Amino acid sequence: MPVHDVVIVGGGGAGLRAAIAVAEKNPSLSIALVSKVYPMRSHTVAAEGGAAAVIKDFDSFENHIYDTISGGDWLVDQDAIELFVKEAPNEMIQMEHWGCPWSREPDGTVAVRPFGGMKKERTWFASDKTGFHMLHTLFQTSLKYSSIVPYDEWFATKLLVEDGRCQGVAALDLRTGRLEVIAGRSVVICTGGAGKVFPFTTNGAIKTGDGMSLAYRARVPLKDMEFVQYHPTGLPGTGILITEAARGEGGILVNSEGYRYLQDYDLGTPLDVTDPNHPVKKSMELGPRDRLSQAFIHEQKKGRTIKGKFGDVLHLDVRHLGEKRIDSKIPFVRELAKKYAGIDPVYEPIPIRPVLHYFMGGIDTDITGATTLPGLYAAGEVACVSINGANRLGSNSLTELLVFGARAGLAAADFALNQPPVDLAPLRKQVVDEDARITRAYLTKSGGTERISTIRTEMRDTMEEGAGIYRTDEGLKATCDKLAELRERFANISLDDRSFTYNTELISVLELDAMLDVAEVVAHSALARKESRGSHQRTDFPKRDDESYLRHSMAYRGEGSPRIDYKDVVITRWPPGERVYGQEQSK
Amino acid sequence: MTETDINTTIEEVATIELEVFRYRPEKASAPSFDTFTVPLHDEWVLLDALNHIKDEIDGSLSYRWSCRMGVCGSCGMMANGEAVLTCAAFLKDYAPGPIRIEPLANFPVARDLIVGMDDFMEKLNRVKPWVINENGKSVEEGEYLQTPEELDDYVQYTMCINCMLCYSACPIYGMEPSFIGPAALALAQRYNLDLRDHGNEERMDILSSDEGIWQCTFVGECSEVCPKHVDPAGAIQRYKVEATNNWWKSKLMPWSN
Ligand SMILES: Cc1cc2nc3c(=O)[nH]c(=O)nc-3n(C[C@H](O)[C@H](O)[C@H](O)COP(=O)(O)OP(=O)(O)OC[C@H]3O[C@@H](n4cnc5c(N)ncnc54)[C@H](O)[C@@H]3O)c2cc1C
Ligand code: SF4
Ligand code: FES
Repeated sequence: MPVHDVVIVGGGGAGLRAAIAVAEKNPSLSIALVSKVYPMRSHTVAAEGGAAAVIKDFDSFENHIYDTISGGDWLVDQDAIELFVKEAPNEMIQMEHWGCPWSREPDGTVAVRPFGGMKKERTWFASDKTGFHMLHTLFQTSLKYSSIVPYDEWFATKLLVEDGRCQGVAALDLRTGRLEVIAGRSVVICTGGAGKVFPFTTNGAIKTGDGMSLAYRARVPLKDMEFVQYHPTGLPGTGILITEAARGEGGILVNSEGYRYLQDYDLGTPLDVTDPNHPVKKSMELGPRDRLSQAFIHEQKKGRTIKGKFGDVLHLDVRHLGEKRIDSKIPFVRELAKKYAGIDPVYEPIPIRPVLHYFMGGIDTDITGATTLPGLYAAGEVACVSINGANRLGSNSLTELLVFGARAGLAAADFALNQPPVDLAPLRKQVVDEDARITRAYLTKSGGTERISTIRTEMRDTMEEGAGIYRTDEGLKATCDKLAELRERFANISLDDRSFTYNTELISVLELDAMLDVAEVVAHSALARKESRGSHQRTDFPKRDDESYLRHSMAYRGEGSPRIDYKDVVITRWPPGERVYGQEQSK
Repeated sequence: MTETDINTTIEEVATIELEVFRYRPEKASAPSFDTFTVPLHDEWVLLDALNHIKDEIDGSLSYRWSCRMGVCGSCGMMANGEAVLTCAAFLKDYAPGPIRIEPLANFPVARDLIVGMDDFMEKLNRVKPWVINENGKSVEEGEYLQTPEELDDYVQYTMCINCMLCYSACPIYGMEPSFIGPAALALAQRYNLDLRDHGNEERMDILSSDEGIWQCTFVGECSEVCPKHVDPAGAIQRYKVEATNNWWKSKLMPWSN
């Protein structure tokens, strides 16, 4: 029977953690784990660097909280970050007990490394395959619970809302092509980010913002969507990520003149790579991601980038670390650079450029993971609690999957226990309608001249152009117009594949539909925010404006374009201040 | 530079042919091959060529992929008869072609290049791939200590991305599908060798069963083909030695347990 207590959509780190939390809390609850790919394929698998949690005596909760708030340019909800930081160590220890192969110190304790924007080392890591190990640990652990019912390769197309409550999803079984009800007394969305809305991204093919669109269409607001993070060091062309750990271990960034250009952008003065104090935390190469990505654009304007086959690049140089250290600390970096950039970082610098990496914004939730729609919860990259503010601190997200995955799971379980049994009949009716919509729009339609790939490419290009690292009123308006045009043309799309079994083209078109929603919300939210804060940089409004915009944007689905509203940031103990980097060694 | 620019500024110097396995259960009762000509870019992997076909030529071609960086394990296929990750195999290495792309061998084909994974998933589950420790610590008691050497003892077996290439390469699995197979056995060893785990005995039944380690005749193809150097053959071999020792020990020195 497709009736469960809790339906979890998404089998990445957040979804698996949520599922285990429900299973452990109450073994009598039936859990549906719905995922468009087998859980271990989820993009959490690609995370390399590590996961932050205070564990060492030299660190403190206060440090972690402050680093995150200032890194997020004060758009972080302070109640959320405080509980996050405090619950993080236990979640990480729980992962350790479940078998995660954390890298260790010689005395057997868990090892930590520094990451950008951090005052102290607090990033736990499992070599440079942290996300991979966390995902597999969670996935394997989840197999232990018979109450978790997998729906592997099922694609959720719609939230089923009845009686003002979310009571399940309509989901397409890829194997049969049938659309079915998966019902539950509560639903948790854990579908990850939407990096594929941009052309160059570290995100895998599956990161298409489906969950954001599902919620948005059910009139749940999307929060802070204008804040998207570029990672400063992606490989040109493919966008494959070279982890920040490469810089945490001492790698440096240089321009065409071999000059460590970051010193020109208020990020501190460089120490020689042989200096025992290099790399200095929160300085130079360990500055925050938004500022490093912005520096790239300035270097490009100054003509100090290097021409490559895929446009301009700068260099990430790790040669001074030597082969041994590279192989023990960042072996995956070497593997990726050799394979996909054709160079061996032991002997040559790695060509890099900023690439879209992470969505700070997402479905608006409170600190329990609850959304504004009763019975609907969200966690992970798809959600915005918000602990990431205007710029996420590297290595907080993997931990976020655990802390808020577990919280959302528990809250959804509590909610489910207090609801009457699901009445399937009205849900079935909704699915019949949804099935008719999909069939009509894509499978039986005749005519139609647009190809998926054309619209997708044009969408990505306009996002990079207007809603990329630097934005202006003019550019954003052009992007909004272009997206409206693409939305119209989307109605004229035509598929080659009209079959049922593993119709992956149908999946692609449903994903494109979701991406167009997400792109539109990003562009309109960015247009409305007339200030510069964290990752959102407006050349026409270069200053942060706390008076008007120390607030979360809230995008609601309207008639035509989204309606943008605002909501206060929760500020408890840390009043807005300046973000200062690179000062430490001068003190 | 935008994505469109890149596609148009690269000179299409050469092309290569792909002969792609097609099977559409609703349309045809038997599989066939379709030939596609794609640009031969130096930096393209086989997966890029498949994406090119799907985007520009025939949207009905079906296959799995996601990360494009050799870590999600989705994109395994046969290229000229050899099991590879298509996101990690370069087109230019097959020039001048043609390249024959088929679904992973030894698995039932669901559609085109997509194979059924039920059997593999069930086998992973059967070896109980989770920490078994009845009297484990509570979270409040903190982490288990584990030295880098203790980690090294099993860490190689944690590297498996479940790409199933080893099952495709394994002649035993090809003949005897009940065989638990390389990746699942290596995964069992991964937990057995982790000092936090006390599940050796519980896993013994399945590992030493008719479907377990003793079916393996140490052909070693699995370790050859493994893109992550997991060395499942080595894991199985090591387990055999341990199992034999334990068996003798229990016969000769029953008091030693
Ligand atoms: C290359 C890379 C490196 C990173 N490195 C780090 C790092 O070092 N430290 C750090 O803290 N963070 C890092 N991040 C960020 C972090 O990894 C991600 O934010 C996080 O893993 C997202 O996890 P998730 O569970 O929210 O989503 P995902 O892991 O993306 O999972 C999403 C799940 O939802 C399912 N799904 C999606 N849509 C549907 C649908 N329509 N129907 C059914 N199922 C659906 C998918 O199948 C999948 O199971 C990195 C990110 C990338 C891309
Ligand atoms: S052992 Fe190697 S070949 Fe086999 S599934 Fe794992 S990673 Fe793939
Ligand atoms: S696409 Fe992920 S391993 Fe090839």
